[in-house]
Amino acid sequence: MTYITPEELAKRAEVERIKDASNYLRGTMVKSLQDPLTGALAEDDTQLSKYHGIYQQDDRDLRDERRRQKLEPRYQFMVRIRLPGGVCSPTQWLEVDRIANTWCNHTIRLTSRQAFQLHGVVKRNLKKTVAEINAALLDTIAACGDVNRNVMCNPNPHQSRLHAEVYEYARRISEHLTPRTTAYHEIWLDEELLSSSRQDEEPIYGKHYLPRKFKIALAVPPSNDVDLFANDLGFIAIAEDNHLLGFNITVGGGLSMTHGDTETYPRLADVIGYCPKNKTLQVAEEVVKIQRDKGDRVNRKHARFKYTIEDRGVEWFKFELNRRLGWDIEPPRPFIFEHSGDRYGWVEGANDTWHYTLFIQNGRILDTEDYPMMTGLREIAKVHDGDFRLTANQNLIIGQVGSKRKPAIDALLKKYRLANSYPQTGLRLNSMACVAFPTCGLAMAESERYFPSLIDKLDVIVKQAGLENDPILIRMTGCPNGCARSVLAEIGFVGKAPGKYNLYLGGGFYGQRLNKLYRENIGEEQILSELTPIIQHYARERKPGERFGDFVIKAGYVKEVLTGKDFHSATR
Amino acid sequence: MQILLPERSQTPLSDDQYHLLQQFIAALSPEQAAWVGGYLTGQVAKDLISIPDVSSIADITILVGSQTGNSEALAEQMHRLAAGRGLKTIVKKMGDYKFQQLKAEKHLLVIVSTYGEGEPPDNARELVEHLFSKRAPSLQQMQFAVLGLGDSSYEFFCKTGVDFDHRLEELGATRIHPRVDCDVDYESSAEAWMHAVLNELSIRLETKSQATGLSIPSLTSPSAYSRTHPFPALLLENIVLNGRGSLKETHHLELSLEGSGLTYEPGDVLGVYPTNAPDVIDALLQMLHFNGTEWITLDDEDGFLYNLLFSYYEITTITRPVMQKYALLANNRKLDQLLHDKHKLNDYLHGREIIDLVADFPSDHVSPQAFVNCLRKLPPRLYSIASSLKQHPDEVHITVAAVRYQSHDRDRKGVGSTFLAERIGEDATIPVYIDRNNNFKLPADPATPIIMIGPGTGIAPFRAFVEEHEAVGASGKNWLFFGDQHFETDFLYQAEWLRYLKSGVLTRMNVAFSRDQEQKIYVQHLMAEHGKELYVWLQDGAHIYVCGDGKRMAHDVHAALLNIVAAEIGADNAEEYVANLQKARRYQRDVY
Ligand code: SRM
Ligand SMILES: Cc1cc2nc3c(=O)[nH]c(=O)nc-3n(C[C@H](O)[C@H](O)[C@H](O)COP(=O)(O)OP(=O)(O)OC[C@H]3O[C@@H](n4cnc5c(N)ncnc54)[C@H](O)[C@@H]3O)c2cc1C
Ligand SMILES: Cc1cc2nc3c(=O)[nH]c(=O)nc-3n(C[C@H](O)[C@H](O)[C@H](O)COP(=O)(O)O)c2cc1C
Ligand code: SF4
Repeated sequence: MTYITPEELAKRAEVERIKDASNYLRGTMVKSLQDPLTGALAEDDTQLSKYHGIYQQDDRDLRDERRRQKLEPRYQFMVRIRLPGGVCSPTQWLEVDRIANTWCNHTIRLTSRQAFQLHGVVKRNLKKTVAEINAALLDTIAACGDVNRNVMCNPNPHQSRLHAEVYEYARRISEHLTPRTTAYHEIWLDEELLSSSRQDEEPIYGKHYLPRKFKIALAVPPSNDVDLFANDLGFIAIAEDNHLLGFNITVGGGLSMTHGDTETYPRLADVIGYCPKNKTLQVAEEVVKIQRDKGDRVNRKHARFKYTIEDRGVEWFKFELNRRLGWDIEPPRPFIFEHSGDRYGWVEGANDTWHYTLFIQNGRILDTEDYPMMTGLREIAKVHDGDFRLTANQNLIIGQVGSKRKPAIDALLKKYRLANSYPQTGLRLNSMACVAFPTCGLAMAESERYFPSLIDKLDVIVKQAGLENDPILIRMTGCPNGCARSVLAEIGFVGKAPGKYNLYLGGGFYGQRLNKLYRENIGEEQILSELTPIIQHYARERKPGERFGDFVIKAGYVKEVLTGKDFHSATR
Repeated sequence: MQILLPERSQTPLSDDQYHLLQQFIAALSPEQAAWVGGYLTGQVAKDLISIPDVSSIADITILVGSQTGNSEALAEQMHRLAAGRGLKTIVKKMGDYKFQQLKAEKHLLVIVSTYGEGEPPDNARELVEHLFSKRAPSLQQMQFAVLGLGDSSYEFFCKTGVDFDHRLEELGATRIHPRVDCDVDYESSAEAWMHAVLNELSIRLETKSQATGLSIPSLTSPSAYSRTHPFPALLLENIVLNGRGSLKETHHLELSLEGSGLTYEPGDVLGVYPTNAPDVIDALLQMLHFNGTEWITLDDEDGFLYNLLFSYYEITTITRPVMQKYALLANNRKLDQLLHDKHKLNDYLHGREIIDLVADFPSDHVSPQAFVNCLRKLPPRLYSIASSLKQHPDEVHITVAAVRYQSHDRDRKGVGSTFLAERIGEDATIPVYIDRNNNFKLPADPATPIIMIGPGTGIAPFRAFVEEHEAVGASGKNWLFFGDQHFETDFLYQAEWLRYLKSGVLTRMNVAFSRDQEQKIYVQHLMAEHGKELYVWLQDGAHIYVCGDGKRMAHDVHAALLNIVAAEIGADNAEEYVANLQKARRYQRDVY
C-alpha cells in the first residue's frame, strides 16, 4: 500500500521524500540532538521533529543582530502538548507551569486548538523537557506534522453529562489516530530501540503518513466555540434530552491561503450526513484513509483535505465513504449553532459543581508587574481538585469546582486580581490573535504582541458608539495561514508585512460564514479611519440582535461569501 | 632549469605570456626560481584575491536574491535558456556569494525580490550592505542587467531591484538592458526580459577579444610604516561578537590598510597605539589638584599636561619604577616601607592603578613637571591578526576583549581594549603597525595537518589560519578547539566556523562552554576526551598551535598535551616528545 517507486517519489513534494527516508519518523534526530556546534537540527530533522510535537524556531527579533555578530540565529524550540478536548488535571497544570519556568521562556501559551505551547527551549534542554512532559502523563506526539492534530471538543460546562460523553469520544478518536511508531519513545524517552527484526506498523497512516496536517473537532450545539467548520473533519453532537445519540459528520474545512495565489483559499466544511455514536471511530478512520489515498502529495499548497473534497465533489466523497464503510451514512439531523465565543465568570454545572471561565488575552499565561496571572493560577492549581479546561478561544476554565471549595477559589481569584479578568468590552472578550513574532517562522507581521494595543484604540471607538457590551468577533493573524481563524471573524486582520494588514469583514458570529477582503495592506491609522464609520453606522442602524458580520453585508460594505471558492472574488 | 608547466588551458595566461614564462623559467637557476616564486607570491597575494580561481569564473554570472524561491526558479530558467544559446552562465545565490568576486565579474545578471517594507530578502542583505558601504569596489569592467520581483500592492515596489540597478551604475558598471520590475504575476514579463538580455549578450560575447589575462601586479615597494612610524588606519567595522545577555564584550574590528603598503601573514600581530580615557585623565588631574593646562617640556616633545596624559604617558598601570620615582617625590614613610616589603607591595599592586597611588600617598608639593617625569610612555597594545590578506585585501581584522573590572571601589577599564571598543569616532584613524611573529606560522607545506587550540580571543589567529587554508586551497586537515562561557552568546565567529565545516575547509571542531552545565568544561578537557585521535594526528605530523590566555589556559593545555602523549608512550618519554615538537616548531604558542 505504501510502497512507491523512486520515480514516483521524485515527483512528490520534498517533505514526502523526507518521510519516506525517515524510517518511521526517526531520521537523524538522535545525531542532530548531540551536535554541539549548532543549536539547530539537521534540515530534514526539522520536518520530522514536528511529528513529535516540536518546532525549530529562532528569535526573529535577534535574527539580523546576530547575523552581524557572526552568530547563528538564536535557535530555540516550541513544544506543543497534545490535550484532547483541552482537559488537564491540576497536577498536570503544576507540572506544565514548572517546566515552563525551568526550561522555557516563563510563559505558557493556550492555543486556539485547546493545547499547550511552550516556547524558547534550547536544543540541549529539549530532551529533558519532553521527558518531563511525559512524566506528567502528557505527551507531544502528533501535536504537529502530517497526521491528525489535537482533537477539539467544546468544554461547554452547561451540560456536563452530555459534554462528558462527547469528550470521551474526542479522547478515543485522538487515541485511535495516534501514530504507532516507537520512534518517539526511543528518541525522547530512551526506551530501548526496536530490534531490527521487528518493523514499525502504521496500520492507519502507512509510512508516508498523510499528505498534510489533519484536524478534527467535536461540537455540542448550540455552542460552536471550536469553530467546527474550520476543521478537516467534524462531528456535531446530536442528543435527546442530554443523551448522546450520534453525530452529524462535516468534511473539508480549512482556513489557510497564500497571499497573491487565488488557487489557495479558506473553505468551510460541508455537513454530509449522520452516524450513530457507536460508528464514530470507524467513520473517523475511513475519512482519514480516503485523504491518505486521494490527497495531493505533489503540491503541498494543494494537499489539504479541503482541496480533495473541492476538486472531487462532496457526492463523490459520500459515495467513496459509504463504499469503504460498507454501510450508508444517514441524512444529517437538524441542529442549531448560536455562538462561538466563551461565557466568562462562574456558571453552575451539573451535580453541584461550578465552572469559572477566565479571559486570557491571546492565551498567553505569564506574570507581569500588575497582573501575576501565572502565579495566581499556580496557587489555584495547588488547592483545586477539579480540572482545567482550555477553550478553543485561547481562554481557560477552572472546571468542576465543588460548591464547598468555591469560596477558596474565589478568594485566590481576588487575591491575584484574576477575578476582574473579564469586565472588558465585548470586542476584547471576543478577540483572538495568533502567536506570530518573535517565534513564528512564518509571521509576516506582528499579531499577539500588537493586537492588544490595537484593541485599546478600537475600544474607544466602540465605547463612543455605545457598543461596549456587544460581542463582536475580532481576530488577527500575522500571515494568511489563519492560526487564530481570522477569516472566520466578523472583523479579521491578516498580516502582510511589518505594520501592514489586509482587513476582512463579514464573518459569521457562530462560525458559519467566511469574511471578505475589505481593504488591502493598510496600517493602523487607516485601519482606525476605515472601521470608525462602519462601527458607528452599525451602532445607529442595526436591528435588535443583528450581528456586526451580518450588518456589514446588508449595508453593502462587503459581499457575502457563500463558498470558499468565491472568497477571493470581487469585494462588492 | 626544467619545470613542467600545466597545459596553457589550465592557466590564466595568454599564449604569449605562457611561452615567455616557459623561456624565462628555463633560464633560471633553482635558487633564482625559488626566489622569484616566493617574491611574486608574496607581492601578488593581495592583488590575486581580487581575481580568485580565475578558471571558475563563467562568462556570465546570474546573481539571485530570493526569499520564497521565485527569483531562484527564474535564475535556473535563465541558466537553461542561456545554455540553449551556447552561453556559459553560472547561478550564484547572494547568500553564498564572495564579494571579492565582484571586481572580476564581466557580465552580471541580477534577479532579486523585495521583502518587509521594501527590504532585501534575508540572504541578500549582506551583499546589499556591502554594495552600499564605503568598501564597495569600482565596477568599470562590469556589464549588467537587473530583474526585480515584487508586489505592486506594496509601497516600495521592487525596491531592492531598483537599488541594485542604480548602485551598479553608480559604481561604474554599464547597463546591458533596462531593468524590469515584475509584479506577482511575473512569468511573462520576466521571460521577455531574459530573451532581450540574452540577445544582447550573444551579440557582445561573439565580438569580444578572448585575451583577458591577469593584470600584471605592480611590484609595490615595502611599506614606509613601522612601529616607530605607525600607519593611521581607518576603522571600517566594529562589531560586538557576543550575543545579548552575555557577560563578555568581545569586539571584532576591521581596519583598512589601503595605501599603507603594509602586508602580513597569518600568525602576525597588529600593534595599536591607544589613547587614555578622558574621564580617567580628569579623575587623576583632580586627585593631583592640577588643571591640565600646565605646560610641560620634555626632551622629545613639549605640550600641555592634559595632552601628554592623553596620548603620551601611561597613567593607569603602576610599574615599580613609577612607584619608586613617585616615592622620592612624595617622601612618605608608609610608602617607603611598602616599597621595601615585597609581599605587601605585590598585594598592593594587584588591581591598583596610579590614581590609587596618588590617593593613598598624597603629596601636596608635587609639580606637574615632576609628576610626569615619574611616568612611563604609553606602550602600544598587541592584537593577534584575525584575517587573511588573501581574503581581505588591504584590510586587517582583530578580535578584542574589552577589559573592564572593579577593584578597590573603583571602576577600571583597560586602556587599549576600551580605546578600540568605544573611543574611536566615525571615520577616525588608529595608529597601527604590523608585528611579525615568525614563531606562530602555518606549516610551509599546506598538506600538513594542523591542530588549533584557541579559547576566548585566542580564536583570533585561527580565523586567519582557516581563511588562509581556504584561499590557498590547502589540502591539510585542520582541527579547531574553542571554548568560552555560553554557547548561545559567546561562540565567537560561530556562523563562519559552521560554513567552513560545511564546505570542508575546516575538518573538525570541538567546543567547550564552561557555564552551560554544572561542572565546568574547558578546552583541555576536550583534548583529553579526544586524546587518542589527537595523538594519531601528531603521529601523522600535525602541527599544534595554542593561543589565548597565558596565565592559566596555556599551562592547563600544556599539561593536557603531556598527559595525552604520556598515555601513549609513558611519562618520561612524553616530556621529550613534546620538547621535540617545540624544537621542530610543530608546537607553537601565542599566549598573553
Ligand atoms: C499556536 C497556534 C496559534 C495560536 O495562537 O493559538 C498556531 C501556531 C502556528 N501554526 Fe497554526 N497554529 C494554531 C492553529 C491553527 C489553525 C486554527 C485551527 O486549527 O482551528 C489554523 C487554520 C485552520 C487550518 O489548519 O486550515 C492553522 C493553520 C496553520 C498553517 C496553514 C495550514 C495550511 O493548510 O496551509 C500553518 C503552516 C503550515 O502548516 O504549513 C501553521 C503553522 C503554525 C506554526 C507552527 C508555524 C510553523 O509552522 O512554523 C505556528 C507556531 C507559532 C509559534 O511560534 O507558536 N498553522 N493553525 C495554534 C495551535 C493549534 C494547536 O494547538 O494545534
Ligand atoms: C602577542 C599578543 C597577542 C594578543 N592578542 C590579543 C587578542 O587577539 N585579543 C585581545 O583581546 N588581547 C590580545 N592581547 C592582549 C592585549 O595586548 C592587551 O593586553 C589587552 O587588550 C589588555 O590591554 P588594555 O590596554 O586594554 O588593558 P591595560 O590598560 O593594559 O590593563 C590590563 C591590566 O589590568 C589588570 N587587570 C585586568 N583585569 C583585571 C582584574 N579583573 N582584576 C585586577 N586587575 C586586572 C592587569 O594587571 C592587566 O595587565 C595580546 C597580547 C599579546 C602580547
Ligand atoms: C512579508 C512580505 C513582504 C513583501 N514586501 C514587498 C515590498 O515591500 N515590495 C515589493 O515590491 N514586494 C514585496 N513582497 C512581494 C515579494 O517580493 C514577491 O512575492 C516576490 O515574488 C518574492 O520572490 P522570491 O520568492 O524570489 O523571494 C513582499 C512579500 C512578502 C511575503
Ligand atoms: S497565522 Fe501565520 S504568523 Fe500567525 S502563528 Fe500562524 S503561521 Fe505564524
